[in-house]
Amino acid sequence: MYDSGKIIPGLIIFVLFITIPIWYNRGGAGTEPPKPVLPKDAKTCVLPAAEIRAEHMKLLNVWRDEVLRDGQRAAVTVDGKEYPKSLMLNCMKCHTSKKQFCDTCHTYASVRPYCWDCHLAPVE
Amino acid sequence: MDTNRRNFLKVAGLSTLAGLGGTAVVDRLVTGAGMAQASTEAGHGAEHAAPAKAGANRYGMVIDIKKFYQDPSLGEKAIHACHQVHNVPNFPDKRDEIKWIWMTKFENAFPEKPNLYRDEATATNTLPILCNHCDNPPCVRACPTKATFRYEDGIIGMDYHRCIGCRFCMAACPYGSRSFNWRDPRPFIAHVNQDYPSRTRGVVEKCNFCVELVQAGKLPACVEAVSDSKALVFGNLNDPNSEIRKILKEAHTIQRNPSLGTLPSVFYIV
Repeated sequence: MYDSGKIIPGLIIFVLFITIPIWYNRGGAGTEPPKPVLPKDAKTCVLPAAEIRAEHMKLLNVWRDEVLRDGQRAAVTVDGKEYPKSLMLNCMKCHTSKKQFCDTCHTYASVRPYCWDCHLAPVE
Repeated sequence: MDTNRRNFLKVAGLSTLAGLGGTAVVDRLVTGAGMAQASTEAGHGAEHAAPAKAGANRYGMVIDIKKFYQDPSLGEKAIHACHQVHNVPNFPDKRDEIKWIWMTKFENAFPEKPNLYRDEATATNTLPILCNHCDNPPCVRACPTKATFRYEDGIIGMDYHRCIGCRFCMAACPYGSRSFNWRDPRPFIAHVNQDYPSRTRGVVEKCNFCVELVQAGKLPACVEAVSDSKALVFGNLNDPNSEIRKILKEAHTIQRNPSLGTLPSVFYIV
């Protein structure tokens, strides 16, 4: 290969540069799973833990459309408990701290939901 | 094909006539004369089709103007209650103003009733106006995203999630009921109601007849605030035995800009 003295080091530098996302933050705080602070007084949510973790985005959207556009404001009954279909009036009553609950996972996943532009987070 | 120009023209002419006339005849025969009309209007009709549904509610309001003239504090109470419950901001600059219900002079509320020699009470006092929740709403027709839409019970709702802030609805509304959030409203909300969201910059907002209260069986905030004086009466216009229908039968009422055909749900007792 001609100019291998320049090409091989150049290739190595390029590969190192292009794989920065993989090795730059190794071993840091970002590798630990997030620890949201769970509510002390309530043990059950509207859905089981694994389901709500995966589906809360869709659930909130479904509730939004049902309540706001279809006018179906009837509460949801789970295990005998009634839960209104509302973020501010239901979810945030148990998960009383947005910073200690919602934000822990959202900042870890680098997700910025726009709910909070309008919906008021509980006063902390 | 072995034909001459004359024969060709004969065939072409007859085919054109058959084509033009034939489709019209076939349409008439297949769908019937009336139905062909309806299919073109179905697109427009969908937005204001609710009168067709029998038994549905149609919420409306009656505003007694004289009571607001006699007691100006009623207007302040109603506005304060509404803006407080819904986190409506209060901007210092009048150009950014957001209002769901507000006081205005008779000549501004009813431009179709001009009068050179008004009585003193009408010339000096103010009455409240708000979104009319029209039965044939131009704003709903103008909205490109259906962020403003008509509930089956007659209330014109706002879906701030879908609003893109194009302000077509503000252009379409003949009553000026809608306000745009030019800036982030949160710093300008006097007393935040933690049970109701605020809005964000870039959406249009208006009175929603307190749909979250009404659909739970309560009265709108403004009506509740002046409930002692009965200056505002809210009810189901489709229920012939409701209080609002009784008042409409007894008192002479007018509406804002009736010639526009918007069929508003708010009536004013003069």
